[in-house]
Amino acid sequence: MKKIIQIIILASILQTVACKKDSEFLDEPPTSILTNEQAFKDPAQVLSILANLYNRQLDISSVKDWVSMADFSETFPSENGRSNIVQRNSWGFGEWSNWDYGYIRDLNLFIERATAATTLSETDKTRFVSEARFLRANFYFELVKRMGGVPLITKSLLYDFGGDPTYLQEPRAKESAVYDFVLSEGDAIKDVLPANLNDKSRASKGAVLAMQSRAALYAGSIAKYGVSTPQVSLPGGEVGIPADAANAYFTKALNAAQAIISGSAGAYALYKSKPDLSENFASIFIDKGNNPESIFIEDFKLKSGKVHGFTQVNQPRFGAEEEEGGRLNPSLNLVQSFEKLDNTFVPFNTSLFYTNQIDIFAGRDARLAGTVILPGTTFKSRAVDIWAGYQLADGSIVTGDDRGAQKTLPGTSNPVQVVGFDGPVNNKEFTAQSGFYIRKYQDPAAGSGSRGTGSELPFIRYRYAEVLLNAAEAAFELGQTPLAVGYINQVRARAGLVIPLTAGDLTFDRIVHERRAELSFEGHVLFDKKRWRIAHIVWDGTKMTEADLLGNIGKATKRSSQPYGLWSYKLYNPASPNNGKWIYKIVLPGLVTGANRFQFGNYYSLIEDNIRANNPKIVRQPNQ
Amino acid sequence: MKIIRQYILFVVACLSIWSCKKDNYDAPSSTLSGKLVYKGEAIGLEYDRVPFQLYQYGFGKTGSINGTFTPEGTYTSLLFNGDYKLVIPIGQGPFKNKIISAGKPDSMSVTINGNQTFDIEVEPYYMIRTPQINVASGKVNGTFKVEKIITDVTAKDIERVQLFINKTNFVSGADNVAQTTINGAAITDPNNISMSVTIPSISPAQNYVFARIGLKVKDVEDMIFSPVVKLTY
Repeated sequence: MKKIIQIIILASILQTVACKKDSEFLDEPPTSILTNEQAFKDPAQVLSILANLYNRQLDISSVKDWVSMADFSETFPSENGRSNIVQRNSWGFGEWSNWDYGYIRDLNLFIERATAATTLSETDKTRFVSEARFLRANFYFELVKRMGGVPLITKSLLYDFGGDPTYLQEPRAKESAVYDFVLSEGDAIKDVLPANLNDKSRASKGAVLAMQSRAALYAGSIAKYGVSTPQVSLPGGEVGIPADAANAYFTKALNAAQAIISGSAGAYALYKSKPDLSENFASIFIDKGNNPESIFIEDFKLKSGKVHGFTQVNQPRFGAEEEEGGRLNPSLNLVQSFEKLDNTFVPFNTSLFYTNQIDIFAGRDARLAGTVILPGTTFKSRAVDIWAGYQLADGSIVTGDDRGAQKTLPGTSNPVQVVGFDGPVNNKEFTAQSGFYIRKYQDPAAGSGSRGTGSELPFIRYRYAEVLLNAAEAAFELGQTPLAVGYINQVRARAGLVIPLTAGDLTFDRIVHERRAELSFEGHVLFDKKRWRIAHIVWDGTKMTEADLLGNIGKATKRSSQPYGLWSYKLYNPASPNNGKWIYKIVLPGLVTGANRFQFGNYYSLIEDNIRANNPKIVRQPNQ
Repeated sequence: MKIIRQYILFVVACLSIWSCKKDNYDAPSSTLSGKLVYKGEAIGLEYDRVPFQLYQYGFGKTGSINGTFTPEGTYTSLLFNGDYKLVIPIGQGPFKNKIISAGKPDSMSVTINGNQTFDIEVEPYYMIRTPQINVASGKVNGTFKVEKIITDVTAKDIERVQLFINKTNFVSGADNVAQTTINGAAITDPNNISMSVTIPSISPAQNYVFARIGLKVKDVEDMIFSPVVKLTY
């Protein structure tokens, strides 16, 4: 009897519990993975997904990696492990190559899923989707700069496991088609995204227009100057843009830039908050709170996990917050290219004696001291100690082979310091081996130079001065020179070059120079030289002589294949009235043995064999 | 215990029977070598500048085996026996590229079966003829003729000629201690060009230099060179 009751109870339990189907029983929703519907329900949640996509943007130069700014003879890399940058004779064809379709797929998926979301408000949805479209367009722009025409994938692709993937193989689009895509995407989203955005790390109308003006300018100049390098093209148009398209692109570039200049995208302006013009120029990259110049940035924040160590790796080495620094040493090639205030290009006069170390740099473009830490100046209120030694009466040099080395000068009995604590000493990493340190992006905040704290200065991807220069160049290329000088003179006046250029003064060389002076270390040098098709002339692989260095300053096609330096010495000659004054010598840093050579095959980076094996429709780059 | 021992013995016996055969391929052993020639005459190049690509037929992946020509214009590659095609990419070398259709370089078929020599006949834009390089009183002097090989519509002008000297026998625009240049427009008589460059002080001192003459054709990336000569003084 008892047993019967037990059996009945057991049977009833089985009946109630086991009526669930096996398939349902096993099909439990995971607790650690969100479904698309769940993930795209809450705007804050969607923003965090988008933040990941923002974080994966690609830059050719960034404060996150000093090496990305170290090349092209614009600097000397003062770290022992990196001297190959100045010792190699050419760039590999694979340099600057990128094929990150994983990122594009994630962007496409984001756009599709956000569009399909049901509970997001229409306003949120439109903005999120437009931001992702901006990131996608900006990334395709980054790809086209490096690789030329690439397959334009605007939907997520799905393999059906049918054994034949050919339907997924997309050939390369024409180079012009990729630029057109970037521009048309911009047109579609620019009025949807907010103008006057405070959070400049998110896409705004200004960011879209700035991207359009740069992209259209690039496309226009490739069309125009591609004529001079007919071998850099492919018959299918994957590389190269027909010359007759140039004017349409320049017009678009000018229109997009003018839309920003007119204020339709928000109150953007040149940053002019500090009375000292060099200080003002350096502050563009420091001042985060109230900076009308920056349009689109990558932001960093202390104690948030997202900081960078640019100051730590580049700060003047002597007395720094960390036992390192000083890696980027701007070259004399760059330093001497800054104009005198009368708009002329002259090399430094190395035949004079200077009372103060800084005197040789007097009367130049304020952007020089804003970009470069010059000998005789200060950083974080501490004087930098850059000098190479003593020159004696007979012209011989007394110097040491370590930072702040001491030696006894002739006629004296006590050893004295004969070389600066910041160098320059050949082969001594972190000293100013070119005679200069970089100032741009160096954070004056306490702790910025220490590993534990880091810096929260933003990296500016698009800023107003570049928009003005884009407008000037586009107007110049369209033959509207009076308009062009109006724009370029605004940028120059901010740098203290108050004598305006006249329409007759404006040349291609001037435009090339202005972009270098204003935008060095901001990721323009390579792409600018490429689109003007002068990279193979500037970096021609021939070693430079001093005559090469000093001649033709301000000319766009001037050879710049090796980074030179300018070292200062103190005169030691008690009998001379010049005793204790400074002299300067032009030197080629001892580690520089190579000469940069940009081959025709470098204009568009290698598409790896693996990619072409997987998709035979991808054609090879020219000259490789 | 006994069973375990038997088992181990059995496994060892199996291993020794089947595993004595190596399970990987032999290393490639056939050498393909040759040089770039114009009518039998070798063409001098810059070190590590002019590449060639070898493709072996019959594999799924389309990657190439890459190499570069030596300064003397020779090449070697260690390969497996089989059928290959040899390609010089468009835009490389101081000679006219053979192009079969727009954007596609001509290829040469090579069948490798043992060591093999395969010279590549090319048509350079110019040839440096009868180069005479000698050293006298601290200077290196070179005289030579320039012969224009391609004279049809695809002919190109000379951009410049250069005389290079270096400490080692790698002598080119990238590797030199001194050089002198004559621009193409300044050449009056291509049958009699002479150049002279002063030997700078070399540290550590050596009593010899290497010299060669280079010619740059307009719109062609790679220069053509005369043979390297060693000059002792």
